[in-house]
Amino acid sequence: MVVRFGADQPLPLDSGHSLGPWQIAYQTYGRLNADKSNAILVCHALTGDQHVHNIHPVTGKSGWWDLVIGPGLPIDTDRYFVICANVLGGCMGTTGPASVNPATGKPYGLDLPVVTIGDMVRSQAALIDHLGIDTLFLVMGGSMGGMQVLQWAAAYPERVFAAAPIAAGARHSSQNIAFHEVGRQAIMADPDWHGGRYLDAGTSPRKGLAVARMAAHITYMSEASLHSKFGRRLQGRDRLTFGFDADFQIESYLRHQGLSFVDRFDANSYLYVTRAMDYFDIAAEHGGKLAEAFRGTRTRFCIVSFTSDWLFPTAESRAVVHALNAAGASVSFAEIVTDRGHDAFLLDEPELFGILRGFIDSAARARGLA
Amino acid sequence: MTERPTTTAAGQGTLFQAGGEPRVDLRVIADLVPRGARVLDVGCGDGALLQWLARSRAVDGRGIELSQKGVNECVARGLSVIQGDADTDLVYYPDDAFDVVILSQTLQATGQPKEVLKHLLRIGRRAIVSVPNFGYWRIRLQFLLRGRMPITEDLPYSWYDTPNIHFCTIRDFVELTKEPDVGAEMEKAVALNAGGQAMSLNAPWWFWNLFGEQGVFVLKRR
Repeated sequence: MVVRFGADQPLPLDSGHSLGPWQIAYQTYGRLNADKSNAILVCHALTGDQHVHNIHPVTGKSGWWDLVIGPGLPIDTDRYFVICANVLGGCMGTTGPASVNPATGKPYGLDLPVVTIGDMVRSQAALIDHLGIDTLFLVMGGSMGGMQVLQWAAAYPERVFAAAPIAAGARHSSQNIAFHEVGRQAIMADPDWHGGRYLDAGTSPRKGLAVARMAAHITYMSEASLHSKFGRRLQGRDRLTFGFDADFQIESYLRHQGLSFVDRFDANSYLYVTRAMDYFDIAAEHGGKLAEAFRGTRTRFCIVSFTSDWLFPTAESRAVVHALNAAGASVSFAEIVTDRGHDAFLLDEPELFGILRGFIDSAARARGLA
Repeated sequence: MTERPTTTAAGQGTLFQAGGEPRVDLRVIADLVPRGARVLDVGCGDGALLQWLARSRAVDGRGIELSQKGVNECVARGLSVIQGDADTDLVYYPDDAFDVVILSQTLQATGQPKEVLKHLLRIGRRAIVSVPNFGYWRIRLQFLLRGRMPITEDLPYSWYDTPNIHFCTIRDFVELTKEPDVGAEMEKAVALNAGGQAMSLNAPWWFWNLFGEQGVFVLKRR
């Protein structure tokens, strides 16, 4: 499903530009109740998309949060109306760098203004308005999705009853910006990138995008999980080749991850969404005081981190928890012990499901949804 | 983070009795909390006391708990509880954030009991602290007769694997509150017997120190 906003309904951006006409693509699951109080917005991570609980039209794989969303699961589609939208700057139907620039009739490429997490959330708010929903029962997401959750709670506190940011933080760290820069440079160094105009040129910077994905993928796992999964085992051979083929299983795995990624993701979108994460810093928008962003909030928060996540280590979540405490907010926090790294929020983690279920069920009782 | 039980550090087992009422000693604490107060329970375990306070005294409660299991149980009860450590996390709470801060059977498991106590008095207008009494006669007797570190039903750990690293007697705790830099004023003190019931208010300190199994104190800033 897609909502189109005309040139008369432009989307203002943090950069000072505005975007119009523009559109946002989304999926929904479950049914909106009569007083529209059971809506849950799920925010996707960097390279995710709106296909959170259905077969993906490009990859044919099942939804990326099928372990969390569905009948009887923590987000019970028999009880709640679930919405997931493709982010602004993305490449699955929402306006992004591959969309047609109305001024030129050609794809935007780098002429699309840089978007921020704030812009993504503003575009989602426009969608929620369009759906006639005043207050979201819950906004939830992991990683970049968790950033959007925090932005929602800071920008629209009265529209968010409960918020669950997972494996996220209130800013993107210097180390994380550094990894993103490596990825962007890999894309821009690919001769097929053509200064961002590869769609006009009929090419695609597949190699650069694959390298970007490979570097990023390492940050989603942990040393321990890589070691237990691959160790130093060799791939399809019993001795070293003394060359640069993928001798090791981990090399082969990363090459596969990189190659399968380029089939479903646009290189320029990767530049835009990584930049959006880099720019994210809620405290900076509030005089350097994170607590100010949440002053007087009535939203109920549940924050979760993972012990082996080195992209968004627990300290990042704790900083948010401390700010919420200082703001007198209602906040729960748990650090889940796992060796699966940042990606743990996408995997089968019973402790995560347990705490989400407890939080959502109790919030539903407080909201009168039980 | 190392797993270390907090509220259940004294080995109290479940916080609820049959029938859904909390343990006797927790009810004694609950009776000391004003209706509708903002309450922080440090080392809140499975959240039984907080839930009881919310239900019976309409408090706006928050908790800190070290164990994953405890946090999960609290969140499932609909409580706002943060996984954290009293020794390191209290510093992040602003002054006067709560009407009452509760530290039940946890002080002896903290690394810096005095610092924790000072934080309680800074964060809350009042602090309610309960401590297991190491001067309890059964403990004294064990030490005297066996010459070994006491192990009781309520303090079931061996000396080498106990989370309880800073034991004190009721009298020791009272002396701590008198230290000038703690700046506490004792508003109320209750000693509980082995059944968790309050003992005679008229008894002298030495009696409580010998026969009280735990002490419950209401402190405020001097």
